[in-house]
Amino acid sequence: MDLTSLTIDAARSVVQERRTSALALAEAHYARIQKEDGQVGAFLTLSKERALEQADRIDRMAAEGKPLPALGGVPVGIKDVMVTRGVRTTAGSKILANYIPPYDCTAVARIEAAGAVVLGKANCDEFAMGSSNENSAFRPVRNPRDLTRVPGGSSGGPAAAVAADMAVVALGSDTGGSIRQPASFCGVVGLMPTYGRVSRYGLIAFASSLDHIGPLAKTVKDAAIVLRTIAGRDPMDSTSADLPVPDYVAELDKPVRGLKLGVAKEYFGEGLDDEVRQAVEAAIDKLKRLGCEIVPVSLPHTPYAIPTYYLVATAEASSNLARYDGVRYSYRAPGVTSLAEMYRSSRDEGFGTEVKRRIMLGTYALSAGYYDAYYLKAQKVRTLLLRDFEEAFTKVDAIVTPTSPTSAFRLGEKSNDPLAMYLADVYTVTADLAGIPGISVPCGETKEKLPIGLQILGRHFDEATILQVAHAFEQAA
Amino acid sequence: MKVTEKDVAYVAGLANLELTQEEQAGMVRDLNSILQYVDRLNELDTSNVAPMAQVSGRYGVDGSKQGTERFSYASREDIPEGLRKSLPREEALANAPDSDGMFFKVPKVIER
Repeated sequence: MDLTSLTIDAARSVVQERRTSALALAEAHYARIQKEDGQVGAFLTLSKERALEQADRIDRMAAEGKPLPALGGVPVGIKDVMVTRGVRTTAGSKILANYIPPYDCTAVARIEAAGAVVLGKANCDEFAMGSSNENSAFRPVRNPRDLTRVPGGSSGGPAAAVAADMAVVALGSDTGGSIRQPASFCGVVGLMPTYGRVSRYGLIAFASSLDHIGPLAKTVKDAAIVLRTIAGRDPMDSTSADLPVPDYVAELDKPVRGLKLGVAKEYFGEGLDDEVRQAVEAAIDKLKRLGCEIVPVSLPHTPYAIPTYYLVATAEASSNLARYDGVRYSYRAPGVTSLAEMYRSSRDEGFGTEVKRRIMLGTYALSAGYYDAYYLKAQKVRTLLLRDFEEAFTKVDAIVTPTSPTSAFRLGEKSNDPLAMYLADVYTVTADLAGIPGISVPCGETKEKLPIGLQILGRHFDEATILQVAHAFEQAA
Repeated sequence: MKVTEKDVAYVAGLANLELTQEEQAGMVRDLNSILQYVDRLNELDTSNVAPMAQVSGRYGVDGSKQGTERFSYASREDIPEGLRKSLPREEALANAPDSDGMFFKVPKVIER
């Protein structure tokens, strides 16, 4: 039995039935990491002690014949922007290189309570700022499908870990596309839930009105199992919604026949790679054959999404990242003699170029004289982007688009042109701005065998429908 | 060019960043390129559009619990000891670059 190619249910059952142990499952994944990760770079820190302790707890449950919880014994990776008590958490930044958090992120605590075995902390762009994972302060991640290419970002580590069988599932975060775009580049499933569906407590803040935690997985069902586990109100996050959490797994097999799926021409325009277009159009045809009705919709403000995003996200980031001052827990530059010098030198040495660029842009957009022209303007356009979706969702149940305009690009290809890099998120940022859920599911490959992703966007708090559509598509593949 | 070196130095000061000469030049170039792109937002007339800070005031609200105040959905009873206990001093200081076991230590703030 190959222990590193199991889905959640398969992994839990083999442990439950004692055909293997949670310990052996964890060890098999660590062996895989040992063998593959030198080249890929998906993990920054391994949490072996914590993993083996949890595996042992699960094995004792199985030995006593107790039913294992939903993720019992399942090895998982955690993007290094979610804090883990006693396990180094860096956010991919030098400024937190030695940070050992004193508490656990709610999403991590919830999957562990459901039996998951946390293997370690997955690499990412610094403070989740990037679309290629080249902005990690420690090392870039490489795409397991082609080591000369990027895995996407900023959840490049989690996507690569799942794609290379180094973890069964992983938790990532999405602020502008950071779960869905790397899922698309690495050929795995990536789900961004509705804003407020999953608590952000313990997620290192990038842009608080846009940050989401969600799963990267090998199958749509696995993504549904993880969402069911991490979703729901958390008193520690006042923006987490106090709404009932549906049983996403039980609803997966609901028929998709008769569902109305919107196709917006704004997502098929200039800049879309031909091979991606063909694969996504073929996917839409397949959904039609499964009984979905394809309905043209218009999302006319889409061309304004990237500029809106890069003002809102950077403004929030400039405020959120002010906390890294070298006083309580972050890096402090040596040899400083005044408080002002301590702040400036610590931040200058601790932050990478892209983080500084975004802090600068955000500070500029918020500064006296520019606030109305940039930040306030962007907040107003954000309303228009939300209205586009509200209007479209009066006609359709979900919207299907490409996840990214291209397949995985080469390392170094866009790293000197920030604007070109930002455009890799052109189809994903709108969902973050509007707060709606989105999923990327593999829908084919290019001639060079690079994965292509189909994105399905849904109504607020209607993850169930996009999971159903993604599941039906995946099963028909 | 909208943003000058002087602007970049001013904003870097606001953000408590100390940029090298080289970084400053790169920042002038990048900010101008990004702001030029962002300017396309001015094609839109937003004079009658309300700004949106986040979505959770509109969605995710349980109607039965909704009050009249904004964000009332997020309100709760006051808990004197807080939602979670404060960290023990030792844990709170564990990541400090410098401390005396009682307080965080920083370079002298007031010159005399």
